[in-house]
Amino acid sequence: MTQAPTKQGERRRQELDRVVIRFAGDSGDGMQLTGERFTSATAFFGNDLATLPDFPAEIRAPAGTIPGVSAFQIHFADYDILTPGDQPSVLVAMNPAALKANLEDLQHGGLLIVNSDAFEKRNLEKAGYEANPLDDGSLSVFQIVQIPMTKLTVEAVKGTGLSKKEAQRSKNMLALGVISWMYGRPLDPTIEWLEKKFAKKPGIAQANVLALRAGHAFGETAELTAYEVKPAVLAPGTYRRVNGNQAVAYGLIAASVQAKLPLFLGSYPITPASDILHELSRHKNFGVRTVQAEDEIAAIGMAIGASFAGHIGITTTSGPGLDLKSESLGLAVALELPLILVDIQRGGPSTGLPTKTEQSDLLHAMYGRHGESPVPIVAAYSASSCFWAAVEAVRLSITYMTPVILLTDGYLATGAEPWRLPTMDKLPQIPVRFATQPNVGDQFWPYLRDDVTLARPWAIPGTPGLEHRIGGLEKADGTGNISYDPENHQLMTEMRAAKVKAIEEDIEPLEWRGDEDARVLVLGWGSTYGSIGAACRRLRARDIKIAQAHLKHLNPFPKNTGQVLRRFDKVIIPEMNTGQLAKLIRAEFLIDAKSITKVKGLPFRAGELEEKIVELAS
Amino acid sequence: MTQSNEGPSFLEGVGITEATGGVTTLTRKDFTSDQEVRWCPGCGDYAILAAVQSLMPDLGIPREKIVFVSGIGCAARFPYYLDTYGVHGIHGRAPAIATGIATARPDLHVWVVMGDGDALSIGGNHLIHALRRNVNLKLLMFNNQIYGLTKGQYSPTSEKGKITKSTPFGSLETPFNPISVALGAEATFVARTMDVERKHLPKVLRRAVAHRGSAFVEIYQNCNIFNDGAFMALSSKEGATGNRIYLEHGKPIRFGPDGARGVVMHPDGQLEIVDVASVGEDKILLHDEYRDNPSLAFALSRLADGPTQPTPMGVFRDVDRPVYGDAMEHQLHAAAERQGPGEIERLLHGSDTWTVD
Repeated sequence: MTQAPTKQGERRRQELDRVVIRFAGDSGDGMQLTGERFTSATAFFGNDLATLPDFPAEIRAPAGTIPGVSAFQIHFADYDILTPGDQPSVLVAMNPAALKANLEDLQHGGLLIVNSDAFEKRNLEKAGYEANPLDDGSLSVFQIVQIPMTKLTVEAVKGTGLSKKEAQRSKNMLALGVISWMYGRPLDPTIEWLEKKFAKKPGIAQANVLALRAGHAFGETAELTAYEVKPAVLAPGTYRRVNGNQAVAYGLIAASVQAKLPLFLGSYPITPASDILHELSRHKNFGVRTVQAEDEIAAIGMAIGASFAGHIGITTTSGPGLDLKSESLGLAVALELPLILVDIQRGGPSTGLPTKTEQSDLLHAMYGRHGESPVPIVAAYSASSCFWAAVEAVRLSITYMTPVILLTDGYLATGAEPWRLPTMDKLPQIPVRFATQPNVGDQFWPYLRDDVTLARPWAIPGTPGLEHRIGGLEKADGTGNISYDPENHQLMTEMRAAKVKAIEEDIEPLEWRGDEDARVLVLGWGSTYGSIGAACRRLRARDIKIAQAHLKHLNPFPKNTGQVLRRFDKVIIPEMNTGQLAKLIRAEFLIDAKSITKVKGLPFRAGELEEKIVELAS
Repeated sequence: MTQSNEGPSFLEGVGITEATGGVTTLTRKDFTSDQEVRWCPGCGDYAILAAVQSLMPDLGIPREKIVFVSGIGCAARFPYYLDTYGVHGIHGRAPAIATGIATARPDLHVWVVMGDGDALSIGGNHLIHALRRNVNLKLLMFNNQIYGLTKGQYSPTSEKGKITKSTPFGSLETPFNPISVALGAEATFVARTMDVERKHLPKVLRRAVAHRGSAFVEIYQNCNIFNDGAFMALSSKEGATGNRIYLEHGKPIRFGPDGARGVVMHPDGQLEIVDVASVGEDKILLHDEYRDNPSLAFALSRLADGPTQPTPMGVFRDVDRPVYGDAMEHQLHAAAERQGPGEIERLLHGSDTWTVD
């Protein structure tokens, strides 16, 4: 490590290329907020970054207990990074439970910053410690920094008139101040944010700012080691921080602008999808209509109705909500109307793990409806790619007159990364051609298909002369009248499948990259992108030949998928499920794909993937 | 034709055409589709369809502005027989689908046709919430007190003790009173009529059309196959005069031969049917459709336990409340005025951006 020159008067900072910090505390300690503020300042500073919020489903689990621990991990670096980091090099533990729940992950020799005030008898008991780990030498492999954060906070905010209890609540800002000093993060963005957030409660704003500054000053006075992680060299452009749910919402709005059609969202609150509803409901000036429906079924029903009426019908959900929408999704398949179902995958079955990530809805998306009911599937692979995936889902849905499922997951939804903002000219055109004229003599046939896309015409109410009825009963080819004719059902089943299949002509081919002479391909989909990329980097660093490909379309697969897969001797598929893509790949291409699977509610670590790939590759 | 996709006029709805009706006069035939009607011969649905098809031309609404939405059941075939826009949805979900249509496009006239199982069993949740939101929908519930399409199981409006295929020892369940349910769900327009009411039925439907917002109409409908005669007490010749209590706004609630019977309200709010002569005409309750408080309408809905005794028919309640789709459109306009029309680049840039050179 080199010593870098820094500002005059400031001691030299030790230079690092990357750092992984985990903030952990009680769910009432404001750890998510602390993490987000640190992330904001880090983005502002110019590092590349990735985050992983990890919090319990309970709003406030019993204070001081292990189930109540909430954590936020950030990985930042002076180069482009792909994951929120395997193991934190720094752990900030606000109480004994947070220490106990997270210590196992901290790197040996890592930096452990604790709020020593919280290590008193009652908290230690609640966390299941018989002796105080700060005193018994059990933490000797780490560099421990004990800070009496509670006392320092109370001291710092004296004079604001807040009660002791209220004052203590600012201790997360004190911790943030300390870390900000250690890693040379600017305080101003956070101060501005606090003043805006608590504009109506100036006392609280002041206390938080005082605590933040006190933490910063403590770092300096106590001569804690100071580090520097230089800004990353990123492609030129304007950047912002974005998480997957925001990016989905922005992508849907952008697609609505491109299609020149209003957006209609029917949604029922569910973790972790609700933020898309929250975000879209703020943008009424784009003509976005949002309805918080009475249930998941109504939510998709309303979206179908809106699509029939000529809007872009959207519904967003997660976990059990996907089950509830299945019947209506089948209706949308039969009606052949545009509809975008966004599913933020989370751990299952049933209520499962509402706040934890998983990729276990792929087969449901693919097959989870009665009858032959094909639906195109698009999957996002990073927080910012959620924007493009949403645009793509709308484009396919409108072009092919079909419902489309957009899969993201809890990790993408809540994890943040810097996003180089696109200019509008990068967005695809989404032409909409409503039917305006009869298409068979003086009649209008609602199921007369386009020769290329096999899409049926979209004739919306208000168009004179095109009055027609559509429904869930099987329809006669062309006229759309009810038909129980066996030949017709065979034809319509094949037609619906062919229409979805035809999309393969209209999507990006599957790209692979890596060593030309690699014999092993790691194939992924969805949020494993970063972990797989990081694992492959490590393998290459060990001179192991490896190639990587990532699917953005799961139904249909890109046309060249079989060709790409067959180029390699071995295909390894890491997934956060029990092998769902691997099943599809085996069935579709008769390739003996090998699975690496994990369902622990957390993304793969690059290191764990690295080892498993090596095992399977040999 | 003005139906094309020009310009980003997000707030104006999409491709809304101006009324073309009025130029040419439409007839019942114009509203009749080319599809063969396939209900059982003698089904009450025929009379309702005929009434609706006949009513449509009189409303002066162009066909292309009308959408019929249904769920599943015998009644749900209704949209196929009308030459308007239509969606035959899935069981119970018609009010939800219709809410999407009416909220996206306040310019449309959206009708929902449901059976009693569709509306009150599988779709009960959607019905009550559509009513609560006051979505601009005309919701017709054909109540035959039985499951017809699945061939004769008891429904949520079947009387307790009813023997059906699925209740060979009698139903254990207390039925819903649909009018009470609708009133409890904050419906702004609630009415009841019957398939055999050749004059009253169109009159009530006309009133529903005139009401902007959710209009719930229960239509007693005879299923001559699985529940024949369920409404005999009202539909028979004697029943017509003896048991139908026609509600008329501002008038004393009287019925029976020569209006000999009437409804009085006791000091505790309880309603009772009495001989008018025994209490005096001035004691007879006056009907008030426009009363904001739904208590009177609710009390009237409880006058009969079922259609086997004197039963109120007509409009129970008709009050104004902001309409869901209109109010939402208002919010969109207000947002556009306040924030300016949406610009995607401005949205993406938000407040916290940084530049890399």
